[in-house]
Amino acid sequence: MSVPVLEVENLSVDFCLPGHTVHAVRGASFSVAKGETLAIVGESGSGKSVTALSILQLLPYPMAQHPSGSIRLRGEELMGAPEHVLHHVRGGAISMVFQEPMTSLNPLHSIERQVGETLRLHKGMSRKDARARTLELLELVGLPDVEKRLGSYPHELSGGQRQRVMIAMALANDPDVLIADEPTTALDVTVQAQILKLLKDLQRRLGMALILITHDLGIVRRVADKVCVMNNGEIVEAGEVAHVFSDPSHPYTKALLAAEPKGEALVLHPDAPEILRGEDIRVHFPIRTGLFRRQTGAIKAVDGVSLSVRAGETVGVVGESGSGKTTLGFALLRLLESHGNIQFEGQDISGHGIGQMRPLRKDMQIVFQDPFGSLSPRMSVGAIVGEGLSVHRIGKSREEREILIINALEEVGIDPEARHRYPHEFSGGQRQRISIARAMILKPKLVVLDEPTSALDVSVQAQVVDLLRGLQEKHGLAYVFISHDLRVVRAMASHILVMKDGRVVESGAVSEIFSHPQQDYTKELFRAAFETSRF
Amino acid sequence: MENRILGIPVSPLAHRRWLHFRGNRRGWYSLWIFLVLFTLSLFAEGIANDRPLLVRYDGAFYAPVLHDYPETTFGGEFETATDYRDPYVADLIHEKGFMVWPPIRYSWDTINYDLTRPAPSSPSFENWLGTDDQGRDVLARLIYGFRLSVLFGLSLTLVSAVVGVLAGAVQGYFGGIVDLLFQRFMEIWSGMPVLYLLIIMGSIIEPGFFSLLFLLMLFSWMQLVGVVRAEFLRCRNFDYVRAAKALGVSAHVIMRRHMLPNAMTAALTFLPFMLAGAVSTLTSLDFLGFGLPPGSPSLGELLAQGKNNLQAPWLGIVAFLAIALTLTIITFIGEAVRDAFDPRKHVAAPVTQGGPIAEKLAMGTSPDTSEEPGQ
Repeated sequence: MSVPVLEVENLSVDFCLPGHTVHAVRGASFSVAKGETLAIVGESGSGKSVTALSILQLLPYPMAQHPSGSIRLRGEELMGAPEHVLHHVRGGAISMVFQEPMTSLNPLHSIERQVGETLRLHKGMSRKDARARTLELLELVGLPDVEKRLGSYPHELSGGQRQRVMIAMALANDPDVLIADEPTTALDVTVQAQILKLLKDLQRRLGMALILITHDLGIVRRVADKVCVMNNGEIVEAGEVAHVFSDPSHPYTKALLAAEPKGEALVLHPDAPEILRGEDIRVHFPIRTGLFRRQTGAIKAVDGVSLSVRAGETVGVVGESGSGKTTLGFALLRLLESHGNIQFEGQDISGHGIGQMRPLRKDMQIVFQDPFGSLSPRMSVGAIVGEGLSVHRIGKSREEREILIINALEEVGIDPEARHRYPHEFSGGQRQRISIARAMILKPKLVVLDEPTSALDVSVQAQVVDLLRGLQEKHGLAYVFISHDLRVVRAMASHILVMKDGRVVESGAVSEIFSHPQQDYTKELFRAAFETSRF
Repeated sequence: MENRILGIPVSPLAHRRWLHFRGNRRGWYSLWIFLVLFTLSLFAEGIANDRPLLVRYDGAFYAPVLHDYPETTFGGEFETATDYRDPYVADLIHEKGFMVWPPIRYSWDTINYDLTRPAPSSPSFENWLGTDDQGRDVLARLIYGFRLSVLFGLSLTLVSAVVGVLAGAVQGYFGGIVDLLFQRFMEIWSGMPVLYLLIIMGSIIEPGFFSLLFLLMLFSWMQLVGVVRAEFLRCRNFDYVRAAKALGVSAHVIMRRHMLPNAMTAALTFLPFMLAGAVSTLTSLDFLGFGLPPGSPSLGELLAQGKNNLQAPWLGIVAFLAIALTLTIITFIGEAVRDAFDPRKHVAAPVTQGGPIAEKLAMGTSPDTSEEPGQ
């Protein structure tokens, strides 16, 4: 075994908040050698990102503190090193790629400037040399049309391209260690695969050590050599990937590996009535140019989609970001202006205004992706869940409403006492349950689920899927299930629409499409999602 | 865990902000100084008055501050209201009782006719800060002037805040054409020369407390529109606002219940600075002579007297110190409020989403040298 480049020993991180101290990381030890890939895997709040940030001491000091620990880069101690030493290490010997390519790049600087800046700062290169090196780096990370892209701004690039630029910036000073903090989480599956492949290629070519922080076990299996499983700030299991995956010893690792949304769609009653029917739905956003804002074109977010949902049925809508699936969901609920015919229980609602829609809102509800953004932070849980009751004048008295709120919370598995508390006191999964309760309390017939599990940890995903399926069975609900996660869709939906650029590429029964995808796009999507071979 | 501010249960976020505000000692003490001064000035009639607080005469009690008594009550000759400062009346009362005087025996409009030197006279035991050029006690005028300025400032701030928040909310929530038209209107409206307009209006209508308040409000409401509008534009696309729309909640309820609390944070941060602005606007108008009716106790008028009577430096110095102290205290409070509401000052949990840290990493700078937040 080769000599480790980076050694971390007994690292602890405490956050001193007014009144109490949070032990974010407790005694983490790991090492990584040249050319080796170490994955740190764990659910949100497990301390994996904090561990990564403390290697470069990028935490908000002095609020964050290290009661113990040693970080050695090629034998040199970084813990407590003076600022000018760290200054050289950051972006020099150790660099980092972050999750969010949208916010990691400065929107006001061109690509050339952002990549070149690091070169000129760290290496003192001249403008000309920096430009040449920038070109080389961008070619290395496989950005197309590099020459033309130099002057582009971040908003002109796609998410994947932005992440490539971030990687180029990280590679600028030939780092020994590259820390990638959830580098693909914000990207589509097909792009994810490309970026991971790129990282592996670069690693092989440049011989870096790679530390990959992720929550996705699929990625770990395909990319990493060694893995550390973190839970609650502690590394509960560490070892070779193959070994940990085939023979996990710690119960948490076992639970994590077993946690995958399971089950399949409920059997549909043969003569279940049709709840929602959409024909040729189109949502076009006008592009206006010139002095008089004349319409010169349109972004066809949804372009001629038809679907039908029956009571008790789940229709899955899958596609990558920008495919128009969320827009379709909003259009179906008339939260967005659209063209085409929408029938709800046989009634044409495509021309309904806000006032006409209000009585129908009770029967059609929506659950959003982000459990942190979808609950008003200043309202108590009871007020959030009960808001719809007063709008639709359900429940005569305050007491009666209170009982309905308690029932709704119990139904989604939240302690009814929670209704006096505020959303921030709950975890992501609990918040998602609360937003489901808000939708369910009105006893709707149709619920649009807009990526309800995407922001959740895997183990919680499975629970939410089970909850949703249970509610569907109990109340005969119709679901429109929007997701980019094919595993979850397979566990929920009986019928599926595959969308790309606002159009339906392929549709049909889930069993059929998952076993025999017809279109190239669908095949590619499935390959990216279910492939298990190593890069 | 229960969080309380002054016994009222609040959300932990508000509690943390409260602790932060209290942690800023300069702002915290400024708030106390301001509250004490303001409360005292509210009872100015009991501190500086040309009538005694209590009169004991012939076995009965009288409260001249609250009630006018004719001189005949105390055995005088005239049916008119008693002038308690008159030595003759004082002797009459002292014969059969006593008077309890406030610490300063002058009201804002009391003229001291017994000056030994020509007005403006310098500070003495009788007039602690001297008198102005009409022989009125400077300290008494200062106390009343402070009260008037702060009351005016508070009313103006409150009224403009209400109008500004409403206007900003409507623009931000509806967006589109409403926003466009409103914004253009505001651009034109804010181009108006406010001072000239006030001067012209001042020559047409009699300027008083409320007419001045109204005139200034016409222009000052725009200060808040920007932040509130921006906050509403941001909140418009929040999932919980969408969820409320999907529930069928009406527009004004969404605005009030879901979006306004967010905007209030931004608005609240502005209020102390608006108050400071309103106080100095009133002072400057009074200084120029276009403010409150002549003779009203006002800091600006005192300042103008100081300018006109350079041989009596106590006028200018007192006015300057009073205005400087008032504005400084309010600004300190404002800074403390702003910092308490600044999310960058209290990170709740380690933010690991890249963002500013990523940027600083790429630039090779240290992450803890964050710049001072601007106003």
